[in-house]
Amino acid sequence: MKEIAIQVRNFSHYYGSHQSLKNLNFDVYRHEILGIIGPAKSGKSTFLACLNRLNDLLPGSRVEGQILVDGQDIYGPEVDVVALRRKIGMVFATPVPLPMSIYENVVYGVRLLGKNNRKELDQIVEDSLEKAGLWNEVKDRLQTSALKLSGGQQQRLCIARILALKPEYILLDEPTSGLDPISTMKIEDSLRMLKKDYTIILVTNNTKQAARVADRTAFFLMGELVEIDDTRVIFTRPSDKRTEGYLEGKFG
Amino acid sequence: MLLSPKTEQKIVQAFLYFFTSIAVLVLLFILVVILKNGLPQLSLEFLTKNPADMGREGGILSTIVATIFLTFIALLVATPLGVGTAIYLTEYTIESRLTRIIRFGAECLAGIPSIIFGLFGFILFVNKLKFGWSILSGGLTLAFMVLPTIIRTSEEAIKSVPQAYRLVSFSLGSTRWQAITRVVLPSAVPGIVTGIILSIGRSIGETAAVIFTAGSALRMPSSLFSSSRTMAVHFYILAKEGVSMPKAYGTAAVLVIAILIINIMTYYLMEKYIKRKS
Amino acid sequence: MTKLDKNDRLIRISLLVVAFSAVSVLAVITIFIFEQGTPIMFKYGLKSFLFGQDWYPSEKSFGLLPMIVGSLMVTFGALIIGVPLGLASAIFLTEFSHRRLTRFLKPVIELLAGIPSVVYGFIGLMFLVPFIRENFGGPGLSVLAASIILGIMILPTVISIAIDSIRAVPDSYREGSIALGATKWQTVRMVVLPAARSGIVAGIILGMGRAIGETMAVIMVAGNAADIPGSILQPVRTLTSNIALEMGYASGEHREALFATGVILFIIIMILNTIANLTSARQKKR
Ligand SMILES: Nc1ncnc2c1ncn2[C@@H]1O[C@H](COP(=O)(O)OP(=O)(O)OP(=O)(O)O)[C@@H](O)[C@H]1O
Ligand SMILES: [Mg+2]
Repeated sequence: MKEIAIQVRNFSHYYGSHQSLKNLNFDVYRHEILGIIGPAKSGKSTFLACLNRLNDLLPGSRVEGQILVDGQDIYGPEVDVVALRRKIGMVFATPVPLPMSIYENVVYGVRLLGKNNRKELDQIVEDSLEKAGLWNEVKDRLQTSALKLSGGQQQRLCIARILALKPEYILLDEPTSGLDPISTMKIEDSLRMLKKDYTIILVTNNTKQAARVADRTAFFLMGELVEIDDTRVIFTRPSDKRTEGYLEGKFG
Repeated sequence: MLLSPKTEQKIVQAFLYFFTSIAVLVLLFILVVILKNGLPQLSLEFLTKNPADMGREGGILSTIVATIFLTFIALLVATPLGVGTAIYLTEYTIESRLTRIIRFGAECLAGIPSIIFGLFGFILFVNKLKFGWSILSGGLTLAFMVLPTIIRTSEEAIKSVPQAYRLVSFSLGSTRWQAITRVVLPSAVPGIVTGIILSIGRSIGETAAVIFTAGSALRMPSSLFSSSRTMAVHFYILAKEGVSMPKAYGTAAVLVIAILIINIMTYYLMEKYIKRKS
Repeated sequence: MTKLDKNDRLIRISLLVVAFSAVSVLAVITIFIFEQGTPIMFKYGLKSFLFGQDWYPSEKSFGLLPMIVGSLMVTFGALIIGVPLGLASAIFLTEFSHRRLTRFLKPVIELLAGIPSVVYGFIGLMFLVPFIRENFGGPGLSVLAASIILGIMILPTVISIAIDSIRAVPDSYREGSIALGATKWQTVRMVVLPAARSGIVAGIILGMGRAIGETMAVIMVAGNAADIPGSILQPVRTLTSNIALEMGYASGEHREALFATGVILFIIIMILNTIANLTSARQKKR
């Protein structure tokens, strides 16, 4: 039996009076890649932001219901948001390397914890870049600016930056939307490798990508979860007409 | 008599051209006169000897030192206050009545004439707090005077740091303060430095606010509490009281060159970092 | 509450305190100037201060009218000289000159804004004052000299703000007007300038504030006699000069009267500031 890692219970989200997520109920299993697909503005990014509470930073943002991560309600009063965000790493659509060296980008989150031991950091940098599939390309120029990397390399650096924190979950919001096919493939390869150690939620507007890498796929439409099932099922015989319509390209 | 639009345009254009030439030439004239009469006065001796005989003889070393000390104190005080204010306004609050009050205060402060700062510094620092005419009194007065400049430039610099950097920092588990000190401020440094340099320029050239707070003693300043004469005050006294025109020109040249260098640096920094970002 | 939350609150509160520095400084300055300056105004009567024509501090006669009139005269004079020159330059540099020339001249003009006011005063004293004395008569140290020097001093401010607000007018306005067959000048006069108006006005008010608050340059060229000048060729004393000239040796009621001068100056400046703020706020809103 699969172990449940995240439970979403009657969860809604509002921007002011606009309801962006409507009463979501589903589970995420440990060590799976859950793909989330859906047309623009369907609330995919909002859902990810709710998971590591980046939505706290947006004015007017409000939630109802619960999200339990490892059994703990992440909107409960005792939650340490900073620790939560370390546990749940987030990769954004456009790669955003911080304006510092490759090395410093990777250890940024680790240094926040006060760890500054050079040897330890060196090891973390190597491990994380290795796992993100970037080590061989950058090992000779770790001290150069991260802004000089190509888009695909930057995105893998962003993944490495999260891995350095030894998170349990990785959220990716359309991580390959700005990348060429080869870079996209490299990132998808990394994700398949990472699956054995992490639970991954991949938002993508490219349904084929979900078909390629996701174990299960959820379809969001206008803030609602239309259906969630094994990827193969979603793509071959979806139970909802709207899913079928979307996959056939009816929602653009 | 009615002119055809074309003729009218020609005439207007000629007028505009003429007026612009006057404006630019007058401004350049000032620069040229100071440099032409001042540069011949400059020598190593002029820069490294203290004034003698009320400034008739010798150089201007003590006034250079006093200017540097005063400016240093002013920025030592104004920079943390100004940058702190900017951080609060941009990172720790949303637009509200409170921020409007703070901004309005800074804008009003920017409009207060320097002689009022001088009066205020005189009564508060020199008299009430008993610092006397001193580097300290003058420096603090200047600090208040340049505070709005530092606030404004820092705020702009901090605002121009991409929002995504903050999000990334938070998503990696930073507190707000960590995001500010590790990512936002380092990226905003060039803009903040621009404001600081601009303030240095203003402090160096200021006379009215300084003459009643730092005093006009010609000795080499020996402590925070020494009364001392800055270059600008020295120049003013030399010129106004007709002590020595050659020395006045020399001092003015040093002053103007210093300020030009500073302003060119500012301009360069702005071009390089701030404008390009937006 | 976790430790980090507590730290964050501490930082937030400290920064709030720091953020009030500018407002507090403004408040403290206001309080000090008023505390020092108002008692004597009420003691001798507001009217005698504002409308008294005799300034003989040793005889307890503190009429500030000559200085108020003086400040207004030189400020007005500065505007008469600085605004047309400044506006013309701004219009020329934005609409009629080569792009390259503008790119070179705008920074040059802004650099000149940094030249200390004593230097402007000095140049006035060395060149302008003798010129006026020899060609127009009088002592040379005069309303005219002060107005010209102040007019030149506000040029960089007026030019650079006017350029910015003229540039802020969208090109589509110009294209629309040109398409209707207007000449460039007609376009500037009827479309561009009206659209840039409040920015230009704010620039002028800022220049005005600079002129009325200027001290050292004015002292050097204005002659500083505490009488209402009969003509623009006669000496004049401004509110700022009045303070700066006598502060060094004044004591007792004399000193208080100088603070009273500061109070009046302060009020005038605040009124100007508020107007400038309102105008630029209106510009931003549109
Ligand atoms: N910061 C915000 N403030 C207010 N409303 C927002 C904000 N961000 C998103 N929304 C709204 O919330 C809804 C969901 O947006 P969200 O960005 O989560 O969709 P998405 O599925 O990620 O879309 P996309 O494919 O375009 O990234 C939309 O209606 C959007 O307009
Ligand atoms: Mg999105």
